[in-house]
Order: sequence, then structure tokens, then C-alpha cells
Amino acid sequence: MARGSYIEAIRQAQMEEMQRDERVFIMGEDIVCNVFGTTTGFTEMFGKERVRDTPISENGFIGASAGAAMVGMRPIVDVTISSFLYPAMDQIMSIIAKSRYIYGGQARLPLVIRSCLFYGNSNAAQHSDRPYSMFMNMPGLKIIVPSDARDMKGLLKAAIRDDDPVLCFEDSTCWSSKADLPDDPDFIIPLGEGEVKREGTDISVIAVAGGVPIALKAAQKLAAEGISLEVIDPRTLVPLDRAMILKSVRKTGRAITVDPAHQTCSAASEISALIAEQAFDALRGPVLRVATADTHLPFSPAIEKALYPSVDRIVAAAYRLVGAEHRLPAQGI
Amino acid sequence: MTHRPNDLGLEKYRRMMRIREFEAVAEAIHAAGEVPGSLHTYTGQEATGVGACIALRDDDYMVGNHRSHGHPIAKGAALGPLMAELLGKVTGVCKGKGGSMHLSDFSVGSLGETSIVGSGIPVAAGAALGAKLQGTDRVSLCFFGDGATNEGAFHEGLNLAAVWSLPAIFLCENNGYAVSTPVSQVVSIPDIADRAKSYGMPSAIVDGQDVDAVEAAVAEAVARARAGGGPTLIEAKTYRYAEHAVNMGRVLRDRGTEVDAWRERDPITLYKARLTANGTSLEAIETIEREAKADVEAALAFARASDYPDQLAAFDDVFVDRLPIPHYLVN
Ligand SMILES: Cc1ncc(C[n+]2csc(CCOP(=O)(O)OP(=O)(O)O)c2C)c(N)n1
Repeated sequence: MARGSYIEAIRQAQMEEMQRDERVFIMGEDIVCNVFGTTTGFTEMFGKERVRDTPISENGFIGASAGAAMVGMRPIVDVTISSFLYPAMDQIMSIIAKSRYIYGGQARLPLVIRSCLFYGNSNAAQHSDRPYSMFMNMPGLKIIVPSDARDMKGLLKAAIRDDDPVLCFEDSTCWSSKADLPDDPDFIIPLGEGEVKREGTDISVIAVAGGVPIALKAAQKLAAEGISLEVIDPRTLVPLDRAMILKSVRKTGRAITVDPAHQTCSAASEISALIAEQAFDALRGPVLRVATADTHLPFSPAIEKALYPSVDRIVAAAYRLVGAEHRLPAQGI
Repeated sequence: MTHRPNDLGLEKYRRMMRIREFEAVAEAIHAAGEVPGSLHTYTGQEATGVGACIALRDDDYMVGNHRSHGHPIAKGAALGPLMAELLGKVTGVCKGKGGSMHLSDFSVGSLGETSIVGSGIPVAAGAALGAKLQGTDRVSLCFFGDGATNEGAFHEGLNLAAVWSLPAIFLCENNGYAVSTPVSQVVSIPDIADRAKSYGMPSAIVDGQDVDAVEAAVAEAVARARAGGGPTLIEAKTYRYAEHAVNMGRVLRDRGTEVDAWRERDPITLYKARLTANGTSLEAIETIEREAKADVEAALAFARASDYPDQLAAFDDVFVDRLPIPHYLVN
């Protein structure tokens, strides 16, 4: 077991699954030249039939992945930045999500659509999206949002082996983070299993994707003040590990959801509603959301960063829940 | 080589008659309120579907659109599950989850009849890609209307198939209209087939009322595709007799005497004349006509006798595993 980055985890997961199963192939724009480093060495290993550069036709090649999957292939589609999923909404929403259902189970669509959440670096509103929650509103799509390298490897491998379509959202704020990556070619993390990233007793923090490392930092900071956060990472948004979330909230009686998506109809919103509906009796305060403000993301670094979830915003939410607002700095958060 | 009927001429006639009879019954039971939702009939276009499918092998793939009844029958599907699907029954080909716009029988090579205009085209390209990667010589044929050729999916799918030299046949059933809009109003060239030029793809224009002509054009494209020669765009000039969808209670566009003119060149009448001129006995033809009627009646009886799906079936087939059932639906 060697340490590797989140990007390296993607590369290993794809490589191992392509070695294991010749039905797996990968396609996308500029895959061969390997822009982000997730297909290093692939053309040499697998050839250009299985490592396929596409025209800039997201609707076309994402739809083609559905056709290829229906006839027995297992495509991985690399869509680079998640904002580029929008031209393909037709195929994702009408074909990929619904074909199995509409045809009464006759269709099988084992495919993975990978794209990154490319925010926080002055890429302006058209290149900074975190759109997973839009897809949560559409039945028929499984969604993974790994927050560290180990989870990425295990979840992506599980996604490639899954017989349903899976959207994999890769948080670029996690790209360089490292973890021990198991060498076992059958190391997988089942879809739908969350993980307690840090145990605690006072507040459950359910965090998504790049929200997880921030929540862990906030937990560390608050531990020094005697406030104990339990950090839960659902890892998969569809299916969602509801049992793990509810169990934690029943234990702590308080909940904060952390989500880099825009707040309205975010994963944080859905998780908050789940808690309010099913663990209301255990709650000692409101469920708070720490998500991205409902405005577009501006280019200027002077005004972009403050819109996202941050350690300070999680700390402020925690103070509010334990009745310690007086500890906030005078200017507020 | 998969099974091919001995007498292809009669087989073409049989399949066209089955479509014609199926549509007549479908329209009648829809008018009587027995079929939920909308109904887009294929009557008038039989030669396009049958001519194309007869040129395919049983194991070739096919993708279609909202005008979905003709395609599976043309490819050889059983009628009972198709009729049951119209009624929303559990024995329907899609277990009652698709309905009239989605009569898709995967057992005859269908990969969907999709009702978002143009959306089947990338899927068909993908099936061709799959066939190619698997090293088979299967081909993938996609049916779509004239209206679909203004969708981005059409252009993306054709370009993809062309640059990757995929074994795909794109068959435009140009019936002159998209709902109420004449094709000339929304396509700036006389022939849709010419759109193939921008992808460096061969194309053909064919009389969509002539089942043999359609078969010949598709057979040529199929042969090229199987031999690694890439995709073809075929435009079949045809016509639908009914409104865009039937029993809507109002006429969306008055087509004047145009319908009668097209009925003069009815694909079934034309083909019947050709068969008899070539020496087929009237008796053989009439037997086929009687059988088609009887088969459709049997399909209707089957559909009517079938049950509706169980409520909980609404949670099957979203994924491979059944979804959890909400508490308000659990007894
Ligand atoms: C993307 C999309 N836009 C609009 C519609 C509504 N609609 C259904 S069928 C149709 C016309 C399609 O015309 P054409 O492709 O020529 O097929 P035809 O009905 O003539 O067989 C339209 C506009 C739709 N189903 N999908």
C-alpha cells in the first residue's frame, strides 16, 4: 500500500478496472493527451480503441456511452469539468436515467460519467459549478462524491463495476490530497455506505465532497475549546446512507450540513429535511446548512472565496447550536 | 446466419399488414378511451419501417422514436406485449411503464423507442461503437423524423459515427411534417439527405412508399457498414395519413387534398399490385391479410385479459435493485 493523490486514485481505479474487464473503455475530450493526469500511460497500455478522444460533443458521446452500455460495454466517460454536463442534459436525463425504467427493465446501463467540481480558483461562473444536487432530483442516477483519495479509489472501482449509471463528481479542492491506496485489485467501497470520518458527541456535521476536509479542520479547532463534532461523510448521495446520518444525529441531538453546492435544493437541504422529518424528536436545535451562497461565483479572488463553506462558518454554526455565539469575533462571520 | 423467412416478398407484405391492422385497432380503442395518453400512428409509413428492418439481421440493433408502433412490428416483435403496453398492462413489452411512445422490444434488437425528439441518434451511434469494439459485424439502425434533424443530437450523433467510421444507418422518415410544421419551413435545403455531406457520409434518397426500394437502399448501407465502410444517412420520403397524434379533438393543420394524393400511392396497395403482377396468388395475399387481422385481434384479447401492474412495480427498474417503498404505499 503506497500513498497516492486523489488524481492518482482515479488513475489507478480506471487502470485496474480496464485490466480486469475488457468491456471497460474510456472516452472524452483530450483523453489521450491526459490533461488532468487521470489517464497517464493509458494509450500505451490499452490502445486508442479503448482510450478514445471524442469530438466536443458532450450530448453525442454521453449518449453514445448509453448505446454502448446497452449492448454490453462498460464505458467510462470523462467529461472533465462538471459544467460541461449541461449540453448533455438531454441524454443524461432522458436516456441514461430513464431507459431502464421506461422499457420495463429491458435495458441495462453500466456506465460511469466522471466530471470535476472545479471551483474556488477564479474560473468564473461558467466553470465553477457543483451540480450534483440537480442530478439527485432525477431518479435513476447513482451519485458519488468522494472526499479523499482512498474513498475515490474504492468508490470509483465500485461505480465501474455497478450495473447502473453512476455520476462521479471529483472535487478539485481535494485533487492533491493524499492517502494510502490499497493495492488489492478487489478493494472497493460499496455505493451507499457513508463513513464516520471523526467521532464526536456534541454535533453531527454531515459534509459533502470538499466540505469534508473543511469540517474535519473545524472539528479539530473546536475540540480545543471542548466542543466535540462528529463528522459524517455520506460519500454517495444516491443511494444515501440515511441510517448512518440519523444514528449520528440521534446520538448528538444537533446537526450541521456542509455542502459546496449552492444552498437552495442542495444535498445539504435534502439531508437537513431528512433529519427534520425523521429525527425531530432527538433535535435540540435547528438543523443548520453551511453551503455556498445563492449567487453566481465571481472571478475576482477578492470576493469569490467567502461564498463557500469555510472552517469559520462551520465554527459559527456550531457556536450557535451549543449556545456559545458570544465566542464569535465581533465582526461576525 | 440467423433465420430468414423463405419468401421475403410475402414476409414484407405480412409485416406491413400487421402494422396497418395494429394501428387500426389501436386508433379505435384509443378513441373509445381504452388507451391512456397520446397515440402517434404509423399508418402510411409501413414501407419505410418494414423495408429497413427486412434488410437487417435479427441480431442487428434498432433505435426508434415516439412514433413507435411500426418499428418493432417491422423488426418481427410479437403483437400481444405491444398491445398490452398500449393498455398499460403488466404483460406489456415494457411492463406498462412505457406506453404508446415507447413500444420497444429488446428481444428483437431494439434499444429503445425514445420520445425526446432526436435523442435516439447518439444512442444508436453508441450501439454501433459497442458492436465495433466487440469485434462483431452487427450494425445499428436509427429511425427518426424530419423534425429530429434540426436537433443537436442529430448532428453530434452523425459526426461521431462518421469520424469513428461506425456501422450505423441513420434512417430519416421524412413524412413532411413535425406536428404541424412543414419541413420546408424549418429545413433550408430540399433534401435532408444532403446533410450527410457535412459529415463526409454517403447518403441516399428513397421512395418511402416502396418497400423494395427502401430495402435495397438500406441493404446497401448495411453491407457497407458491415464491411467497415462506416455510416450512411438515408432519407425516405413518406407520409403519415393521420394527424401527428390521433383523437386530439382538433385538426392542427389542414392538409387539404394532399392526404388523398398520398393515399393514391399507398405502400400496401402498391406492394400488393407488385406481388400479384409477379405471380403471387391472390389467395396467398388474402391469407396474410386474414392472419394479420386475427393476430391483432388475439393481441387485443391478450392485452384486455391481462392485469395492471402492482403499485409497488413503480419502484422496480429505476435501478437494477428495487428502490425502497415509501411508507404511504406500504399496507
Ligand atoms: C426535444 C423535444 N422537443 C419537442 C417535442 C414535442 N414533439 C413530439 S413529436 C414532435 C415532432 C417530431 O417530428 P418528426 O421528428 O418529424 O417526427 P414525426 O412525428 O413526424 O414522425 C415534437 C415537436 C419532443 N417530444 N421532444
